[in-house]
Amino acid sequence: MTVLEVQGLRRSFAGLRAVDGVSFGIDQGEVVSVIGPNGSGKTTALNLVSGVLRPDEGRVLFQGRDVTGLRPERLAEAGLSRTFQNGRVFGNLSVAENVLIGLTPTLRAARPLARWRDIPVLRWLSLLAETAVALVDPPSVRRELAEREAEVESQLDRFGDRLRPRAEAAAHTLSYANRRRTEIARALASGPALLVLDEPTAGMNPVETAEVLEQLLALKAAGQTILLVEHKIDLVMRLSDRVLVLDAGTVIASGPPDEVRNDPRVIEAYLGKRRPAVRP
Amino acid sequence: MLDTALAGLVNGSSYALLALGLSLIFGVANVINFAHASVFAVGAMSGWWFSVDLGWPLWTVLLGVMAVTGLLGLVINLVAVTPLAKAPPIAALLSTFAVSVVVDNGAQLVFGPETRRFPALLATDNLGLGGLRFGTLDVTILAVAIGLMLVLGWFLRATRYGRAIRAVAQDRDAAAQMGIPLARVQNLAFVVASVLGGVAGVLGGMYLNNISPTVGSTVGMSAFAAATLGGLGSLPGAVAGGLLLGVVEAFGVSWWGGNARTLITFAVLLLVLWVRPSGLFGKRSPLAAEPMTGTFFGAARTVRLRPWQVAVAAVAAYVVPAVALDDYTVQIGVQVVVYAILALSLTLVSGQAGQISLGQAAPLAIGAYTSALLTTGTGLDFWLSLPISGLVAAVLSVALVSPSWRLRGHYVSIATLATGLLVAAAAVNFDWLTNGPSGVSAIPPPTLFGAPVSAPLAVYFLDLTILLVVLLLVVRLRRSTLGRIWSAIREDEVAARSSGIAAAEYKSLAFGIGGFVAGIGGALFAQQYGYIDPSVFGISVSLLALTIVVLGGLNSPLGAVVGAIVLVGLPEALRMLEETRMLTYGLLLLAVVLFRPQGLMGKVAR
Amino acid sequence: MSLLELDSVSVFYGQTQALHEVSLTVEPGEIVCLLGGNASGKSTTMKTILGLITPRTGEVRLAGERVTRLAPAGRIRLGLASVPEARRVFPEMSVEDNLLTGAFTRRKGVRAELASVYDTFPRLAERRRQHAGTLSGGEQQMLALGRALMSSPSLICMDEPTMGLAPIYVDRVLDLIADLNRERGLAVLMVEQNAELALSIAHRGYVLNTGHIALSGQADALLDTPAIRTAYLGA
Repeated sequence: MTVLEVQGLRRSFAGLRAVDGVSFGIDQGEVVSVIGPNGSGKTTALNLVSGVLRPDEGRVLFQGRDVTGLRPERLAEAGLSRTFQNGRVFGNLSVAENVLIGLTPTLRAARPLARWRDIPVLRWLSLLAETAVALVDPPSVRRELAEREAEVESQLDRFGDRLRPRAEAAAHTLSYANRRRTEIARALASGPALLVLDEPTAGMNPVETAEVLEQLLALKAAGQTILLVEHKIDLVMRLSDRVLVLDAGTVIASGPPDEVRNDPRVIEAYLGKRRPAVRP
Repeated sequence: MLDTALAGLVNGSSYALLALGLSLIFGVANVINFAHASVFAVGAMSGWWFSVDLGWPLWTVLLGVMAVTGLLGLVINLVAVTPLAKAPPIAALLSTFAVSVVVDNGAQLVFGPETRRFPALLATDNLGLGGLRFGTLDVTILAVAIGLMLVLGWFLRATRYGRAIRAVAQDRDAAAQMGIPLARVQNLAFVVASVLGGVAGVLGGMYLNNISPTVGSTVGMSAFAAATLGGLGSLPGAVAGGLLLGVVEAFGVSWWGGNARTLITFAVLLLVLWVRPSGLFGKRSPLAAEPMTGTFFGAARTVRLRPWQVAVAAVAAYVVPAVALDDYTVQIGVQVVVYAILALSLTLVSGQAGQISLGQAAPLAIGAYTSALLTTGTGLDFWLSLPISGLVAAVLSVALVSPSWRLRGHYVSIATLATGLLVAAAAVNFDWLTNGPSGVSAIPPPTLFGAPVSAPLAVYFLDLTILLVVLLLVVRLRRSTLGRIWSAIREDEVAARSSGIAAAEYKSLAFGIGGFVAGIGGALFAQQYGYIDPSVFGISVSLLALTIVVLGGLNSPLGAVVGAIVLVGLPEALRMLEETRMLTYGLLLLAVVLFRPQGLMGKVAR
Repeated sequence: MSLLELDSVSVFYGQTQALHEVSLTVEPGEIVCLLGGNASGKSTTMKTILGLITPRTGEVRLAGERVTRLAPAGRIRLGLASVPEARRVFPEMSVEDNLLTGAFTRRKGVRAELASVYDTFPRLAERRRQHAGTLSGGEQQMLALGRALMSSPSLICMDEPTMGLAPIYVDRVLDLIADLNRERGLAVLMVEQNAELALSIAHRGYVLNTGHIALSGQADALLDTPAIRTAYLGA
């Protein structure tokens, strides 16, 4: 089954075409990576897919539904979770609270009448009900919170003893790598149909990178569908079912990792075409 | 027709000069300089002094004013903007706001608060052209304004430092790599902007005929609307916006009378923010992510009291006034309590959800008027009017502010500011509803079990009980799922939305609940004084509320109460600072922003 | 005497160390390229050289003078100029104003230098009144280069000069750099992702990896080092 289908996506900034006609699909359980030189449009493509930016042209289908231009919160509720290039955590919230925020789409008792959210004016009934529930704090909400907190713990366990001992620490006190881990845990918490990771190992040293690779491999083994933007080619090659190479906003190659790795166009995009030396 | 248009252009040229400065500073320093309005006032006041007391001729008056306001601009930058360059944008917004209060009230100390006649340095009605009557004054104002705009245009285009200013405005980092000294360029931009602002003060003073130290805040807000109308950061936009607003105001005033001026200004400002926030000429999209508070709290954590400490404090709050305080002191207690309620509404909106509101007087006024009109007009019982006041305040604040949710950062604060001023202007103008400037009087006191609650101690007990309920409400909300959702929006809206949180809806909810609380506070306010009028709900009330929460700790409910005691209670109790109170608030806000951004009740957790 | 010398420079962002005792030199008339993947410390090295970041330890010398704590303007007067990453021309200023901004630190000889830049880039002369934002990517790169030349530098630092350019411009820009080097004896330090391209015009190169100099040597030697290949297609 196709989880994500992207058709002819285009987006320009101030006349510059950042993404220029990108199409691809991701099947259930697949790990697809997007690679390409700096400025090739990877992050823009990711932002278009996850609703952070609106495309000028093209369509995004998520689980068969047209979600083009849908706001990111709606996409997240529909099951598309993402992380950000430099790691965005809620600095003054604890690690556990950060992950708990990721579970927001799964809350039922604490967010009553959530169905009415899409209806103007009537959405206030849902918001006021949520306020009332927050003030009264009935047993159903407390029970739900306890359940979710247990889930948070299991999410934190994913990262061994990296996050567990720091669960109550404010996120701004964490090391960079732990912030990235917190962010991944937050994105995974709601059990998304598609996990979108924007350079999850940027700024990590080789040991930390290897650790993240192991965790991502475990996720893949568990059947998680992943869209990954990454610069570390080794990690991409080990993890991906398919690799998409972007250059100047267009897809210049796509296919299994080994094939892509030896594609002359890819080598050229990364290393540059070897040209006769013009040195004096 | 034509003379109205000419009057509009003449008045609009002052707006344009001020708006040019605002846009110049916004471009170079990415700061909305709230103190710029004060530069206008200082220009007008010092111009008055030079011409009346010293008897200088017009051209030396202008030069003298340029020197004074240029220096003032430099000081504003060095004191309130440069030190906060690395802090989140809210810091400079608050600090320039504080400086404007300090300067306005400082000027009031120096020059006295009274309105004075600006001398007619030039004839006002000695020329004519095809049936249109005007004076040397009109011609001079337009000529000086246009002349200065041309000089500015030449300076920016053709000089080394002019180009540097433009380069810094367009790309700070690249400019630094060209060896352009950013600090010096920013100083220069403030000086140039303030020189223009000072001249605008003199021209505006001559045009308006009379001036007072607070003249800046009204004209300043118009200039602010003009700059936004033209597109913040765009200099041609500032000129066009200023002239356009001047003409629109002139026609509005000629049709609906002088009081309509502020109503028109702020309605225009709010409309621009709703419909076309980048303004007529603005290219820069104001929609980019720009967290306002972000790490302003830095590593701040709220001081938490133990339950028994809270219980002791609450009991003491009831018992001590009953046994130990005289009526006068208890009345001060009532004021403290009402301001604490208002401040708590801001704790939710600004502290919890991270949306800095510069107009929380709006729901306070709406609540006060609703309750006053219902209890006097329809004879409705106070207890019924109380929730209705809260509800009306909530609905109107959400309706006025929520269209700006697609904006971020500075623009939300501008929208709240405009909302606050618009509501006050509406109270003046909608005579049929609000009884206009004369206000509503003879508001009956509430009754409890058939007896009127009017003795100071009774009122105090009533208000204190409501405060404790509100405090409980705020604390519970903060600890709930909802509170966590608001925190996430405050910390990083983009990440929150990507976690499935519909940020716009929750921000509306925060303003709704905050508006409800403030509306309740307003109802109590009206009953306590028995009389209200529009002047009670000016921008100084919004400022005081914000100062209270920033001083107490933006994110601390307890801080709101402590802040109210310190800022409202102490000065009253000590019967001090009658004249210098606003000045002190301004200095205090500035000091807190510069030196203790986490507030009194926040502590640094490292 | 080296034109530029970094002597075991360490840079920190808060707690994180971005550069670990980086040492490098650029000799007069040399093209040196600085290679490395994302987050390897290339940009930090550039910012340190330009004076936008102050290192915690180590020293920066320009033309033999210690400039570790000198502001960018002072360094530009000593002969340093910069072509920033992604060109960063001032989009709403005319081409000519962009060039004049490059001469901010000098008071004399501005007009002569302007004429010489227009001589080198006739295309810019044609468009001198046009807003820089309306130029094509390749033209903007020329403008950024011309702007750097306006201070009559002896060393230009370029941050990814070919990034985001159409392929025909990539060659043209590299040729231009080589020409400037040959004809004016201009030294160039350039950061590049495009390793083979960069090494084809450079004399020497350094490879940065997580803030350390991992490799350095003559361009020919580096080109034939398998490590370069692995640095890009599988670090």
